[in-house]
Order: sequence, then structure tokens, then C-alpha cells
Amino acid sequence: MSRSFANKRLAKELQKINNSLPPGIELVSAENFDEWTLDIRVLDDNPLYRGQIHRLKFKFGTTYPIEPPEVTFVNLPDRPIPIHPHIYSNGIICLDLLGQQGWSPVQNVESVCMSLQSMLTGNTKNERPPGDEEFVRGNRLRPKDIDFLYHDNTV
Amino acid sequence: MDSDEDFMSAVSSEDDILPDDSENEDMSGGEDFDDFDEPDPDLGISKDFGQRKRVAYDIPFQVYKPADIQKQQDELVNEVNMILDIPKGEAAILLRHFRWNKERLIEDYMDRPRQVLEASGLALEPASLPKLEVLPGFMCDICCEDGDGLESFAIKCGHRYCVDCYRHYLAQKIKEEGEAARIQCPSGGCNLIIDARSLDLLVTPELTARYHELLNRTYVEDKDTLKWCPAPDCPNAIECGVKKKDLDKVVPTVSCLCEHRFCFGCILNDHQPAPCELVKRWLKKCADDSETANWISANTKECPRCGSTIEKNGGCNHMTCRKCKHEFCWMCMGLWSEHGTSWYNCNRFEEKSGLDARDAQAKSRVSLDRYLHYYNRYANHEQSARLDKNLSQKTEKKMVQLQKESGMSWIEVQYLNAASQALQTCRTTLMWTYAFAFYLARNNLTEIFEDNQKDLEMAVENLSAMFERPVTELADSKLKVELMDKTSYCNKRRIILLEDTAQNLADGRWTFNVELTGSAASSGPSNRA
Ligand SMILES: [Zn+2]
Ligand SMILES: [Zn+2]
Ligand SMILES: [Zn+2]
Ligand SMILES: [Zn+2]
Ligand SMILES: [Zn+2]
Ligand SMILES: [Zn+2]
Repeated sequence: MSRSFANKRLAKELQKINNSLPPGIELVSAENFDEWTLDIRVLDDNPLYRGQIHRLKFKFGTTYPIEPPEVTFVNLPDRPIPIHPHIYSNGIICLDLLGQQGWSPVQNVESVCMSLQSMLTGNTKNERPPGDEEFVRGNRLRPKDIDFLYHDNTV
Repeated sequence: MDSDEDFMSAVSSEDDILPDDSENEDMSGGEDFDDFDEPDPDLGISKDFGQRKRVAYDIPFQVYKPADIQKQQDELVNEVNMILDIPKGEAAILLRHFRWNKERLIEDYMDRPRQVLEASGLALEPASLPKLEVLPGFMCDICCEDGDGLESFAIKCGHRYCVDCYRHYLAQKIKEEGEAARIQCPSGGCNLIIDARSLDLLVTPELTARYHELLNRTYVEDKDTLKWCPAPDCPNAIECGVKKKDLDKVVPTVSCLCEHRFCFGCILNDHQPAPCELVKRWLKKCADDSETANWISANTKECPRCGSTIEKNGGCNHMTCRKCKHEFCWMCMGLWSEHGTSWYNCNRFEEKSGLDARDAQAKSRVSLDRYLHYYNRYANHEQSARLDKNLSQKTEKKMVQLQKESGMSWIEVQYLNAASQALQTCRTTLMWTYAFAFYLARNNLTEIFEDNQKDLEMAVENLSAMFERPVTELADSKLKVELMDKTSYCNKRRIILLEDTAQNLADGRWTFNVELTGSAASSGPSNRA
């Protein structure tokens, strides 16, 4: 598949994003078609994320949007990795939407941001995934090479 | 499927231990396998087991070559073609739609032919044949293109995308993900499967060959009793009646015509006597603990007496330091002279030290020591098997040379090959006995197991030591006979160990310190092995 297919679609998305984004989602950088960063924040008063902004990094392969982008949270002094039972403390996200099986080419950067936003909004558990410490210590794989078991589809 | 029990009782009801027991009955008829979905009259597996002995570790199976697989498919297609009076091409589509369950297809089709045809994408009305369309005002949700003359396509769910995007999507599925018969609509959350006629319309010429190849593969992939041989480039498939739920009772090792031996349950290389679940846990543990344990499997060690570096060059554990002539055991670094009479010290972890552990720290140290004890031996046999293999390759070259010089025929030198094969297989078995033992809770049977393990280990080390001698010595007829004896002794010890372990497993007589049924999968990520 040629890079141009992905680029064409990303150009269209960028155009739309520059025009408008839903509240709580902001584009930080999109200097090329390989990697974009966006900030998201929870809109309601969820005490777990009150006053926090989170940085997302999107990496696009040449097969985007047929295949999912690689999406992770980035840890910065003023951008903590949100605490959530499906988000590891190294920023890796366990969400079926971002996996080979759950992804659909109809999804896009904006829809992924909105899904993550609502995943945080709905969360009441102040905890990391089970085995977080072990996983963060041991994992050397890229997110797309990890077989997540989507054990819980309610979030 | 209540006849699974028949299979298990067939496996466990035989009390004979050695396969050379002439009282063993032949496997007669296919009654143990009457739970196969489709008994294929011509290629039924029963007759091929005529000579097989019923022993607990030896699982009946049948290897099929590509031509056999094609023939079985063709026969099913022909049958459906005749019974339902449907063209062969459509019969194949229907069979794939029904996951090659011919009985269900015929039954359903007799009841409501229209619905069956429609569900398989074989609707009869020309109006509903799949076609590309140009619709005014259409915008593709994948590439976000619109514009006049943009050709689009949708299956019955109505999720419509431009042809270009559809083809990109199919190329990804077919080429990269190896899907063909069950590709879903590109829309998120829409699980509708793209039917065969639509695919015929959309699949581009450069993908057709791969697409049809994948369609052919569904015959094997849709049947629980069939699996592809996992050896690279091997086109064969294997049929075996062992079910997933039997895997806590049996370790179904099968071997392909290509000589690859693998487990029908988990497709990994042969891991008898350890059950699949233990193997899965063990490999995960080893991967997780690899940094701690790495130093142990290193190829070099220091001589315990003079400290000079020693490199292991063959599979044998008996090491002699080149510098000071100190003889020691590679595994435990203990004196070799002590091993002649008490191999016991080297294969069995002394659990009693656990009783002395007073605080948590000491306990965790003991549990690490325990793991390292078994891992050390596991890794050692794994490595030795590799080294033995190198050695046998070298030996083979020398044998060719010797053949020229001594005039021995190729047949006459095959005993070396047999010895090398025995070493490989026995080392693999030994390797897995240590993973098995790691999870084994002590009961009155473990001592017999450890004795069998010890006997096999000794037999293997003896053979391995002999195998390392120069080829010119091995050509001597007396040594040749000795090597052949040692080879058959090794094989015999292996069979005794496997038989005993498998029998106890089938009878549920082992106690493990982990749960054997229900996988360890709880939640979260697991690394792809
Ligand atoms: Zn499109
Ligand atoms: Zn659909
Ligand atoms: Zn094979
Ligand atoms: Zn297995
Ligand atoms: Zn020395
Ligand atoms: Zn030893």
C-alpha cells in the first residue's frame, strides 16, 4: 500500500481538525503524517481527573486507516498519564478499538480521542491494570504487538 | 459429543507399559473416533492404526498430504452437488459458509433453501447480485472522498465505501492477515461477513491466487480435528481426535511425514510428558525470569578448581578441565566421581531447605533457588540437544569420509544417525520432565517419576559421552554394537518414563501446585510467544 493513501486521508483529517474539534480535545502538533500529538481532558467533574490535561501521541503507519494508528499517553511534567484500569503507567492503552480486531477504517483521530475521553469520563476506579508494575518493567514490545485480552467491554 | 469419553477410556484403559508387549490388541475399527464430524469413508483414519499399539502417551493420528486434503474437499463438494443439485462452485461456497459441516448444510437447505442461499450470499434474484454503483452525493467514510463518478460498493448492511478503499481493505485482510472466507464489513461494529460473490467482484487479479489458496485452507482450519503441520513450508495437515478439554489428561504429540514432532493441543514442539497448560506457564515464567536465569545457560563456566574458563562443546555433562584435569558435572558443578553412584543429587531439588526458611526473604530466595534448580536442568538439556545436533552434523561429514576409506556402506553407518536421533528426542523429553517436575506437588508417585528421570538422564549422558568419541573409534565393530545397545536403551528408558507419566496423567493421579484446567489467562496483556 502506498504512503499516499494514508497521507491523503490524514490531510483530509487535518483540514477538518483545524476547522473544529470537539470540546476538551486540542491538536498540539501535526508537522508530518507520521506522528501527531493531541491533548485531551475530561469535561465533567470526575474527581479522578479534575484539573488534568493528558497528552496523546498518534503514530501512523503506511496502512492507516486500514490498520489502526499506535496511540499512547505521553508522560510530561504537566501532562500525567491518567489513572485507569486499562491504561498502564507507561502510557500503553488496552482498548479493543486500537487493536487489529476492534479497529475499523471508519475510525479516525478525532473518534479515537473521543473514545478515550469517554473512557476516562466513565471511570470510577482509581487504579492501574492488574499486573501493571510487572508489565511496565518487562514489556519491550510495541503496543501493536501485544495481545491484550479485552476482558471488560464496559469501559 | 458425548463420545469424547470413549476416546479417553481408550487412552487410559490399557495397563501395559512396554509397547513390545505382544498381548496388546491392535487398534481395531474406528469406534474410538466416531465423534468426528464427518467420517470420510475412503480416508477414514481407522485402518491406518492397524499396527499401532494402545499406550497412554502414543496418540492416534493421521497425516494428510495436500492431495488428500483436496480429495476430501472435492468429495464433500461432489456429494453436496449431487444431493442438493447445486453447481459445484456454489456447493463449495455453501460448505465454507457452514464450516464444512455437510450434515448441517443439507439439513438446513432441505428446510429452507432460500434463507440458506441468501445467508451464504447466493441470492437468486439478479437484482440483488453484488455490483459497483455510482450514487449521487456519496462520500466515502474511509478516504473522505466524494465527487462525481466515484464508484462505491456495499453489502447487505448498507455500509457503503468507495471501491478503492474497499480494495485496500481487502488487500490488507487477504495479504497481511490471511483472511478469506470470513472477512467482515469494514464498518466498525458491523460483523456482517462479506459474501463470496462480492469478493469475486472486488478481489483484484494480483490477489486472486492468494485468495483461493486461503479459501482452500478453510477446510483444515474449520475442523477441530484437523491442524496444519507448523513446520516451515510443510503443506501437510494432521487429523487427531484429542479435544481441547482432554488436554489435562493427555499430551497429544503427533509427528508429520516431514519428521517434525509437535503437540496437537498447542502446536508447540513436542513437550511430552508436560501437559500443555504447564508448558504455557513454564515458557511464560522463563520469559519473565530470563534475566535472572540467563547467566546459568551461558555456554562457558569456570572450572571449580583452577578457575580457567571452560567451554562446553558437546552435549555431555561430564566435564574435564583441560588445564588441571579436574572432572566435574556441568549442571551442578559438583565432582563427577560422586555422580557415578548418586545421580540423584543432580536431578532432584531438595525441598527440605524450604523448611528452614524462616522469613519472607529467605522464602523468596528458596523459591528462586527452586525455580533455578529446574530451569538450570531444563536449559541444559535444551542446549545439549542443540550441541548434540551440531555434533551429529559434523559426524555425518566424517562418516562420509570414513565410508570412502573403510568401504562401509551408507546403511552400515546409519547407527550413528539412530544414536543422534535418540539423543535429540530423549533430551527433549528430559528437558520437559524438569518443567513438569517444577509444577509437581510431592506424592507417593513423584519418587518413581524421579527415578525414571534419573535413569533416562544417565542413559542419555552415557550415550552422549560415547557419541563424542572420534569417528575412527566409532567405526570399530565392538564400539558399534555398544553404541547401538546404548541407543536402544535410551529409547527404552524414554518410553518407560513417558508411559508411566501419561498413564498417571490420564488417571488423574498427579497433583500439581497449579491448576491444570482453565487457562491462566486472567486479564491484561500477554506477550506473543
Ligand atoms: Zn474511499
Ligand atoms: Zn456493515
Ligand atoms: Zn510437516
Ligand atoms: Zn501442547
Ligand atoms: Zn581446572
Ligand atoms: Zn550434577
